[in-house]
Amino acid sequence: MPGVRRTFFGAVMETTTVFLVLVALTFISFFMGRKRSHAVASGQGGARSLHSLPKHYGYMAALWALLPALLLLVCWLIFEGSFLSKLTVSELPQQVQQMPANQQGLYLNQIISYALGSTDAAMLDEAQLTAAKHYQELAATSRTLKAMLVFLVALIGAVLALRRIRPALRARNHVEGIIKWILFGCSFLAVLTTLGIVLSVLFEAIRFFHEIPLADFLFGLDWSPQMAIRADQVAASGSFGFVPLLVGTLLISTVAMIIAVPVGLMSAIYLSEYATRRFRSITKPVLEILAGVPTVVYGFFAALTVAPFIRNLGESLGLHVASESALAAGLVMGIMIIPFVMSLSDDIINAVPDTMREASLGMGATMNETIRKVLLPAALPGIVGGILLAVSRAIGETMIVVMAAGLSAKLTINPLEAVTTITVQIVTLLVGDQEFDSPKTLAAFALGLVLFFVTLVLNVIALYVVRKYREQYE
Amino acid sequence: MNNTSKPDTFKHSEAIKASLKKRYARERRFQWYGRLAVLTGFVFLFILLFDIVSKGYPAFTQQFIKVSINLDLDQLDLPPNATQEQLFSANYLGVIKASLREMFPDVSGRKDKQQLYRLLSVGAEYNLRDRVIENPKLLGHTTDIWLRAHSESGSYLKGQVDAAMPESDRRVKDLQIGWLEELKAEGRTESRFNVAFFTNGDSREPEMAGIRVALYGSFFTLLVTFAIAFPIGVFSAVYLEEFAPRNRLTDLIEININNLAAVPSIVFGLLGLAVFINFFDLPRSAPLVGGIVLSLMTLPTIIITSRAAIQSVSPSIREAALGVGASKLQTVFHHVLPVAMPGILTGSIIGMAQALGESAPLLMIGMVAFIMDVPGGVTDPATVLPVQVYLWADSPERGFTEKTSAAIMVLMGFLIVMNALAVYLRKRFELK
Repeated sequence: MPGVRRTFFGAVMETTTVFLVLVALTFISFFMGRKRSHAVASGQGGARSLHSLPKHYGYMAALWALLPALLLLVCWLIFEGSFLSKLTVSELPQQVQQMPANQQGLYLNQIISYALGSTDAAMLDEAQLTAAKHYQELAATSRTLKAMLVFLVALIGAVLALRRIRPALRARNHVEGIIKWILFGCSFLAVLTTLGIVLSVLFEAIRFFHEIPLADFLFGLDWSPQMAIRADQVAASGSFGFVPLLVGTLLISTVAMIIAVPVGLMSAIYLSEYATRRFRSITKPVLEILAGVPTVVYGFFAALTVAPFIRNLGESLGLHVASESALAAGLVMGIMIIPFVMSLSDDIINAVPDTMREASLGMGATMNETIRKVLLPAALPGIVGGILLAVSRAIGETMIVVMAAGLSAKLTINPLEAVTTITVQIVTLLVGDQEFDSPKTLAAFALGLVLFFVTLVLNVIALYVVRKYREQYE
Repeated sequence: MNNTSKPDTFKHSEAIKASLKKRYARERRFQWYGRLAVLTGFVFLFILLFDIVSKGYPAFTQQFIKVSINLDLDQLDLPPNATQEQLFSANYLGVIKASLREMFPDVSGRKDKQQLYRLLSVGAEYNLRDRVIENPKLLGHTTDIWLRAHSESGSYLKGQVDAAMPESDRRVKDLQIGWLEELKAEGRTESRFNVAFFTNGDSREPEMAGIRVALYGSFFTLLVTFAIAFPIGVFSAVYLEEFAPRNRLTDLIEININNLAAVPSIVFGLLGLAVFINFFDLPRSAPLVGGIVLSLMTLPTIIITSRAAIQSVSPSIREAALGVGASKLQTVFHHVLPVAMPGILTGSIIGMAQALGESAPLLMIGMVAFIMDVPGGVTDPATVLPVQVYLWADSPERGFTEKTSAAIMVLMGFLIVMNALAVYLRKRFELK
């Protein structure tokens, strides 16, 4: 093992060194830019004649040295791996090149892991050893080339910037323009992330639907992805009917909402309308602790405490309760969502104008009548929006159900039985070693697509409703 | 008209008076529902915390048994004046077994002997080895040495085993209980603070398993997360608050940020698996990828709170700076950001706390491995604290339940510290 670490670490060190030298070059460019601005100004009455402060000329040179080179470095790191693999493959014997894609991938992985020093030569054949040597040579060339090109680009950038320095050059505006683009780039990352999510799940899901028809997936009543025993079997791919997962997910979410909505909503009403300021200022943060507890802790609580408790309780009543009952998972998920519902409804109720409260109370209504007949109807759209957000969170919740819900998909709406959910299936399909092209793995991405789509729709509706509601009273 | 309306009004007010009692009762009932709801929340929280703490606190102590060990050179397969290497690979297990047999000479039969050996941890021989290497003078003598107890005998010594239960239902057998009672009466058992829990990596044996690897993994992962999410989050917030023109692109960005805040965390794990591991070929199980995924997940939190902090900076500061000729960018970086910084830090700490407790996306990218070696950097395979909790929660041994709860206590301890820090910063911020 130490061999692996050293070589892998070596590759990282290489990049780190290149990066550090690049940073050093950036600093040098800064000082040279500043110096040069003094130099060009000295003939024309000193630093006063400059448009910007000398340091801005320095910044300009530094940015010109850093940014293009950094971009090159990042691109290089991203594409180096696949490029090297391609080159290695092209040198391999004919019969290897004609292997199916996943076998070839395995073959190549052996070569690369040997080249990086993590496996012994004993596992490889003659051709692989040659290829590994070839790979090592290529990698070495790539490293040298990377360092040289990055430094060259940095130097060219710095020289170009330095040559442009004149007293009349508006260096500050130039630098600020670049920085504004950087700021924009940072915020555009959110769009890129969404795009990344959509593309990554969509591509794999489309490949999945090439093998399993969409209708079978959406309307199939049977989910058992673990069947692919022999590749030549006709129906070797198991069955991928999505309905039991959906029902299971909805069942657990329903149990959760039955706990969370009344408790959360009533707490919010009590705390915002009845409680003294002091009581509220102590109670609210304490209840919000529930929101800060990691979900894995809830999962542990559900699996080891609540589920056995419910099973024993059910047995003493003469009921048969599964040890991974939907009730246990849903109950604990409900506890997790209480503070979420509470703070959302609290915001919404507080947004109802006081005039409405006062008018109702002034007419002689009791507080409870005011709340039920005036406040809640007025706040209803907002509360519904908040509940939708809570539902979307329940559907996407993973750890609780992974630890406390069942694995086998059963089509039932009995909360005492074990059901499975979309998220549980994603985790079980993807955790552990998998080959990346089997329908099993791809199914996880199809489920991910459904999950993303469902929660997205819920969120968009909820956010829209809440915003409309706010605008109504602003 | 007057004559007819008077008794009518009277009748109405009578009716109202009669209904008042009902209405007030309903009012009181409603208030009680509210109190009940708040109370329910409290009760759930209390049960949760009580359950974890009561299960977890025994894991912070560990039982040791004093065994007189005869470090006989023949028994150890050692020549006189052994080298370090020979000391390292000597037959310590044999010595321990022989010493145990000597202490309980009446034990005979294979099964009984097996049970006797199971009093001590599998790791006891390494304990002994380290002691001998540290102090080679012990060789050839009989000395009393404290050795770590097996998790099952440990749990008996901690009083967690009900001896009244039928023998077949418990893992500590009657014979073992007899020996342990004997040892206890002789003062040969001791309970110590469980240092190994903080200094060991994961292990198959509950009494040797520790959270060190997970702590390092969490640290490296959070480091990456912070290094990526903090600058990008703050820059995005600055752009959206101070520079973004009102147009469709800005709207698109804002909608995206709001939606990302509500995307299930596991979907970010899918993104990490498909993009960073399969496409960019970054190492599996590494804090680097975990950190990148978590930073994408916490970015919306940081952006939204940073925007609120920047928004709350009073416009007079901006105007003053602009008035003396600062550029827009100088105004923001020299004046607005320093004032908004406590608020931004509060939001970032809350985001980091979220990232620290998150485990679902990390399962997707393979940070769910059995790892004994402490990671040395962000590209070494590692696991994180919540995932360690998940792994241990799956283990059937009773000893691991205890460990899981203890790991949860450590995790929650970190979260409480982080949140307290955030609250403190917010308080200071509000004073200004």
